[in-house]
Amino acid sequence: MKKTSVLLTSNKLNIQDCYDFVQDASCGGIAVFIGAVRNSTENKTVTLLDFSSYEPMALKEIQKIADTALEKFSITKIAIHHAVGELKIGDIPVIIAVSSAHRKAAFEACEYAIDTLKKTVPIWKKEHFENGEVWVNSHP
Amino acid sequence: MEIQVLFFGITADLVGKNSIILLVEKKTTIKQLKYDLTKEYSSLKNINDFAIAVNEDYAEDNLMLKKGDIVAIIPPVSGG
Repeated sequence: MKKTSVLLTSNKLNIQDCYDFVQDASCGGIAVFIGAVRNSTENKTVTLLDFSSYEPMALKEIQKIADTALEKFSITKIAIHHAVGELKIGDIPVIIAVSSAHRKAAFEACEYAIDTLKKTVPIWKKEHFENGEVWVNSHP
Repeated sequence: MEIQVLFFGITADLVGKNSIILLVEKKTTIKQLKYDLTKEYSSLKNINDFAIAVNEDYAEDNLMLKKGDIVAIIPPVSGG
């Protein structure tokens, strides 16, 4: 039985796919984290976000997170899907779904996965504003 | 010996390229490579520190490069 589903895609992410993958008869809980493109940052109006990646390495790093989450927490399955390309306000750049027998492990694994993804996976976003653009986190 | 260097995110914009072939001495370490790259491309000093990956894995400063390695310059990531 496959316990992890990782995806990096320029297509629209599908919440149902993540749910369907992790859903299991042995599980009493499913935690889902959905990232969303916010309309402002530091009081500046965001028009769109452009995500790029180092694809082969990003997939390896996402797989590592999924594998580590399975070792570290009492969970059954985990899906980590990330989008690349141009995303508009309200679009979904990331979905993490985790199933477990009891809810605590699912919540903890979900938080671990998104926190680690934001630190280690080689994906970058450029924020576009009405009058310019900036690479997030890149300037001192 | 030749290695390939890939630039991502803001570093691709700063350097103006996505990829270069670089000639380095045998036994060049990651630390030395970082020094050489910032010397060659001084605009790389304008950003927060960057990490280096060799053949798709994060590399420590003391790792020695081998012929044909694919090195990636990883500026601070911002996925999610």
